Amino acid sequence: MDFSFLLLALGQIISPQTIAYALAALGLAVQFGFTGLLNFGQAGFMAIGGYAFAITTLHLGFPFWLAVLATLVATTVMALVLGIPTLRLRADYLAIVTIAAAEIVRYVVKTPDLIPLTGGSDGLNGAAVTFDALNPIPPGSYGFGPLRYDENDLWIILVGWIFVILVALLVRQLMKSPWGRVIKGIREDEDAVRSLGKNVFSYKMQSLILGGALGGLATIINIIPTSLQPDNYGTQTTFFLLTIILLGGATTVFGPLVGAIVFWIVLSLADGFLSLAVQYHWLPITTIQQGPVRFIIVGVALMLIVIFRPSGLIGKKREAFFA
Amino acid sequence: MPDTTTERAALIEGAPAPGVKKTDPIVVADGVQRTFGGVHAVDVDHVEIPRGAITALIGPNGAGKTTFFNLLTGFDKPNHGSWSFDGKPIGGVPAYKVARRGMIRTFQLTKALSMLSVMENMRLGAQEQPGENIARALVPALWRGREQQITERAQDLLARFKLDTKADDFAASLSGGQRKLLEMARALMSDPTMIMLDEPMAGVNPALTQSLLHHILDLKATGMTVLFVEHDMHVVREIADWVIVMAEGRIVAEGYPDQVMSDQAVIDAYLGSHHDTDLGDLSEEQQAELLDETQAEVEREEERNDG
Repeated sequence: MDFSFLLLALGQIISPQTIAYALAALGLAVQFGFTGLLNFGQAGFMAIGGYAFAITTLHLGFPFWLAVLATLVATTVMALVLGIPTLRLRADYLAIVTIAAAEIVRYVVKTPDLIPLTGGSDGLNGAAVTFDALNPIPPGSYGFGPLRYDENDLWIILVGWIFVILVALLVRQLMKSPWGRVIKGIREDEDAVRSLGKNVFSYKMQSLILGGALGGLATIINIIPTSLQPDNYGTQTTFFLLTIILLGGATTVFGPLVGAIVFWIVLSLADGFLSLAVQYHWLPITTIQQGPVRFIIVGVALMLIVIFRPSGLIGKKREAFFA
Repeated sequence: MPDTTTERAALIEGAPAPGVKKTDPIVVADGVQRTFGGVHAVDVDHVEIPRGAITALIGPNGAGKTTFFNLLTGFDKPNHGSWSFDGKPIGGVPAYKVARRGMIRTFQLTKALSMLSVMENMRLGAQEQPGENIARALVPALWRGREQQITERAQDLLARFKLDTKADDFAASLSGGQRKLLEMARALMSDPTMIMLDEPMAGVNPALTQSLLHHILDLKATGMTVLFVEHDMHVVREIADWVIVMAEGRIVAEGYPDQVMSDQAVIDAYLGSHHDTDLGDLSEEQQAELLDETQAEVEREEERNDG
């Protein structure tokens, strides 16, 4: 029996994918956990941000920092477009509009007519050039056992983690400040906050922009070691992110980080054990069914968390979201 | 204790009547109309709220009191009408700006922010905290000083409302009455010129009612204007300087508390003509008779409205 997947699962702790999901989940925690905005289209923000980065890099030859700026501009525009009409309405409207907008983004970039720009269903490759050009790590192979990283993998992992931790500290500072107090007040009751003289609409917009920007930046980290695939930013991604923040604690800053790590380890372990089970015929399923079964496990886990541990792994019991 | 009778007599110019001119009005509203699908929820021709006094807004359920409150404070938009606060027009001004100008309201269903501590609830009520700006929030040096002042003020107020021992608890852990107190204390954090209380006594036990009454009288003593909606006539009689009666969206009477409460029109509109008979004691015939009488009364009222 091949148990090497155990080590690979361990590799998920630091993988760029985990970093990206942690960052996008942190953005969603700002919107959903702290402000109470039901953004069901975080995957759309991720896609917009990723395409802005990849298109400006590949087609316009933008240097790295300028392409990052393009990502921030793109996600901000998306937040404004979605937020201006819906943030004055009840919370549910934002949920409906964002889930639809995310799907629109995905279908638009996959349109065959846009292949020269977006690569259609194949997505875009090679957006990492400008980032890898900044890499100071000497070429070589780093790591141990089956966990081997080349200099570029190591570069994105290092930069990614440093960035995520800096962002988390920044968000923590914001949430401890009077700004965060207003934001949390809006989550509890926006009319009360309005009656105390705060421009609720503006705060909600700031939160939507901040969270969306983190989603866009997350995609940059996600696509640098691989490529930009439109179908990676479907509705399921948004629900993975929701699972992650509920797992870690929706009203905490470090919860999404812990949640992302645990989520990808569990998914990777489930994959490993399932393929063993399929290989030795312990389970009456085929290799093709194995993939979807992992996601059934995710769904059941999400339900169990909400029922038995509503405050998440590191959240305070009293601040439980589904109390 | 100042002489309330002469003080009250100085409130108005002329005889008490709906829409009477006040010597020193803080709020003046003209032609304010709000319709919900053809029904005039609020239809106020002219009303003035006296400055520095406690004014009660009374009327039966559905009279439009809360809607009128929402309109004045910017939480709802009227179909027509204009009104001013402290001499400046505030019709169409968003709720948060109305609050910043010094007109702070509370809600009928208490809105304590449950997952924030009592102290954080209080701090949220303060104005001019630079740290509420997202960029300045990142530099604590820019807002720590103000935060200290806010905290001291919050502690004073909490002590006054006997909530100081609860400062670090979540607002969710407070009782219904304590939440009312918290909401009032929070509204005071910004030193408003006028405070609007929507049913401050609803669901509060009698002991706490007394203490709330004293708090409201204290507000007046510090020069604040109070407008409150209330159903309990004892409360109105005890603290109000002036009473405005609404029914079916209109202002049907205005006057001093004792006077208004003995006014037949008010008793009819507010308490019903048979307010002192128990429906259970009546025979079926009597009940039918009563129903006819009420319908006739409603028709007369409608005719009067049309005419």
